[in-house]
Amino acid sequence: MSDMNATPSAAVADQDLQFWMKEDHHPANGTLLGFWIYLMSDCLIFACLFATYGVLGRSYAGGPSGADLFELPLVAINTTMLLLSSITYGFAVLEMQKNRKGTMMAWLVVTGLFGATFLGIELYEFANLIHEGAGPQRSAFLSSFFTLVGTHGLHVTFGIIWLITLLFQVGRFGLTPANKRRIMCLSMFWHFLDVVWIGVFTFVYLMGVLP
Amino acid sequence: MNMPDLAKLIFGRLTLEAIPYHEPILVGTFIMVAIGGIALLALITRAKLWGYLWSEWFTSIDHKKIGIMYMVFGIVMLLRGFADALMMRAQQAVAFNGNPGFLPPHHYDQIFTAHGVIMIFFVAMPLVTGLMNYVVPLQIGARDVAFPFLNNFSFWMTVAGGLLVMASLFVGEFARTGWLAYPPLSGLAQSPDVGVDYYIWSLQVAGVGTTLSGINLIATIVKMRAPGMSMMKMPIFTWTSLCTNVLIVAAFPVLTAVLVLLSLDRYAGTNFFTNDFGGNAMMYVNLIWIWGHPEVYILVLPVFGVFSEVVSTFSRKRLFGYASMVYATVVITVLSYLVWLHHFFTMGSGASVNSFFGITTMIISIPTGAKIFNWLFTMYRGRIHFEVPMLWTVGFMITFVIGGMTGVMLAVPPADFLLHNSLFLIAHFHNVIIGGVIFGLFAGINYWFPKAFGYKLDPFWGKCSFWFWLVGFYLAFMPLYVLGFMGVTRRMNHFEDPSLAIWFRIAAFGAVLIALGIGSFLVQLWVSYKRRDELRDVTGDPWHGRTLEWSTSSPPPEYNFAFTPIIHESDAWWDMKERNAGRRTDGYLPIHMPKNTSAGIIIAGFAFVLGFAMIWHMFLIAGIAFVALLVTAIGHTFNYKRDYHIPADVVARTEAARTEELAAHV
Repeated sequence: MSDMNATPSAAVADQDLQFWMKEDHHPANGTLLGFWIYLMSDCLIFACLFATYGVLGRSYAGGPSGADLFELPLVAINTTMLLLSSITYGFAVLEMQKNRKGTMMAWLVVTGLFGATFLGIELYEFANLIHEGAGPQRSAFLSSFFTLVGTHGLHVTFGIIWLITLLFQVGRFGLTPANKRRIMCLSMFWHFLDVVWIGVFTFVYLMGVLP
Repeated sequence: MNMPDLAKLIFGRLTLEAIPYHEPILVGTFIMVAIGGIALLALITRAKLWGYLWSEWFTSIDHKKIGIMYMVFGIVMLLRGFADALMMRAQQAVAFNGNPGFLPPHHYDQIFTAHGVIMIFFVAMPLVTGLMNYVVPLQIGARDVAFPFLNNFSFWMTVAGGLLVMASLFVGEFARTGWLAYPPLSGLAQSPDVGVDYYIWSLQVAGVGTTLSGINLIATIVKMRAPGMSMMKMPIFTWTSLCTNVLIVAAFPVLTAVLVLLSLDRYAGTNFFTNDFGGNAMMYVNLIWIWGHPEVYILVLPVFGVFSEVVSTFSRKRLFGYASMVYATVVITVLSYLVWLHHFFTMGSGASVNSFFGITTMIISIPTGAKIFNWLFTMYRGRIHFEVPMLWTVGFMITFVIGGMTGVMLAVPPADFLLHNSLFLIAHFHNVIIGGVIFGLFAGINYWFPKAFGYKLDPFWGKCSFWFWLVGFYLAFMPLYVLGFMGVTRRMNHFEDPSLAIWFRIAAFGAVLIALGIGSFLVQLWVSYKRRDELRDVTGDPWHGRTLEWSTSSPPPEYNFAFTPIIHESDAWWDMKERNAGRRTDGYLPIHMPKNTSAGIIIAGFAFVLGFAMIWHMFLIAGIAFVALLVTAIGHTFNYKRDYHIPADVVARTEAARTEELAAHV
């Protein structure tokens, strides 16, 4: 090396130590880690929305409160839909690990249908609220309610779009390693939304109906 | 449908009135930008460079090229942000005694807002991200980042955000709210025009890029280190980059969320931060500073890393207290989330809350002080070479300590009640951001430029740049400390008291010196390019460096390392030199590399259109742009063939050329 004379070098090279790899170096694939970090960043967005709801959730501005508005039986059905969709996604992953493409896709379709039902019920609830004059503009409470629940719903919507895309890709290209990785990422996304919803259900709906 | 309805559907609230042709300053700027822009485009077209730029740069997923593009973008935006600074200094130097100056308040308010936004988001952030992008994979012995496509996409999202800010100069106007756009001033009632919407959308678009690039670099550092490089053997710049990116991922979502809430207030009529219907503006101030305080550490931690590399390289010594440097960095990372309230002690949280945040703020000065001592002890009895990067480092150490001390003064809540919102605060944060971040970036640019381009930067002009900046900084900002003590508040368009004028005039003179500093830097780039044959470095190791980036050629081949290095010690390259590791020159293997893609620039282009359309309420176009964005993104996921192999004989030829070059220059 041309610059070696400038460094206080030990005279003898250490013969035993290797400094350059002879074989190919394959760094571990970082996709799952990266996606996990992304989920945590998304989690922080929800944290902010929860915090905002926590601060503004009792600012009714003379308008209706949660106790006046929330219909727990409907929300219970909705929650059931989302929890079931998580279970069916779990079944899809089990089938994926057994390399059964057909049944895996079937479970994904079921998952998507549960997700769509959840969204349908949520939209019905929103429409009802707005119809009753309890839209997001009515009070800070309702602004934060609609934003928190709506952001979750938006995530589920994108999850369904992603799920449909994946169905096409698995259908066309099969259970390749890349597709399996994507199924695992969507799986994390889907379960993450489930966990967030449990927070919404407890924090917004159950605690909201308390006087 | 009649014509006005159709026009409204397509153009929203954008009319010809939005073009500020009645403001001579803006028209003049526009003409200059237009002439410069057309000349540049014409030159590129005449030299037939478009194809080259597109295929080798714009669509490149090579972290080195993306890093360089970040740097170019940051430097261009620095010129814009600094032009704003000069206008403010000029205005405040003359606007006394009933003289209104040359900037009406309406325009002046946009300038100080744009100055802050541009300098933080589109100068400091891209420059810091650019350095990390370029250097981190090389320092850990990797061939690229974990997600090369995302890297390209992140860059173009940052550019799209910057372009939105630039567009506000000539179409409509920018926010008049200050750089954090506090409501209710930034709400619809007080700011009904497009200024705040430009602010929101430019930051949201750029923020996507920043967050993704943070995720990318974390995954890169965690997963892609060369064998043998344990966490405590990582170069210190990689460590500070890791902490910075953790901060990015943990802070930017908060900014995204709070800006979403503000836009809902403005677009959907919600009541988060309004004065009525239960809204709470202080919620915004809290949330934005929960992002904003970590943000200053996002900027300064990487340059702490730069200084660490520079100090140990130019003192020819191992960094003093490596482990304590790592712990100090991690402690700062954690503490930066526990201090946000010191930005608004005057909110009225009460004595106990203020005390808590005052104390946590003071505690941060402990790990930071430890760093300063580590650098000093590294220099102690070192064989110090005062090259340009080292000058910036010494300038930093002196300047930053002053800024740190005024920061601790501001951390005392009773003192803050007097100094809050005064020019003392302005002096303080410019003291740490210029004296810390900017000096560090110049140190880093001078230090790594030979790695990126194969020749050193001209030292004479580098020294000119340093001294103009250093002296200019003190002349520009020490008067502001004095004015702050007198109780002069920030963001004022003119003053009645003529006795203040002298201080503002000194500050304006300082700003002119800084302008010469920036000019010298540009001259330095040009002169170095002209003298590149004299300044050439063929060794790849012009400073006798210590870390792995100096083990490869300058500029590095696209695969960075023909063979992945194996690490036995921290300061891996120094260790290799000491043990005469030598180069491996046979047994080349094909190298697996990612392929270029145009998806990033296209999606970011749609994001720009989406943002612009939302700003002007062109909801039809916004909808189309959103669908196009989604379709392109989904379409990109159908591309499974994202990589290729560089054949072994190509690697062999590249390396043989380097062997010859090294032999010819012993």
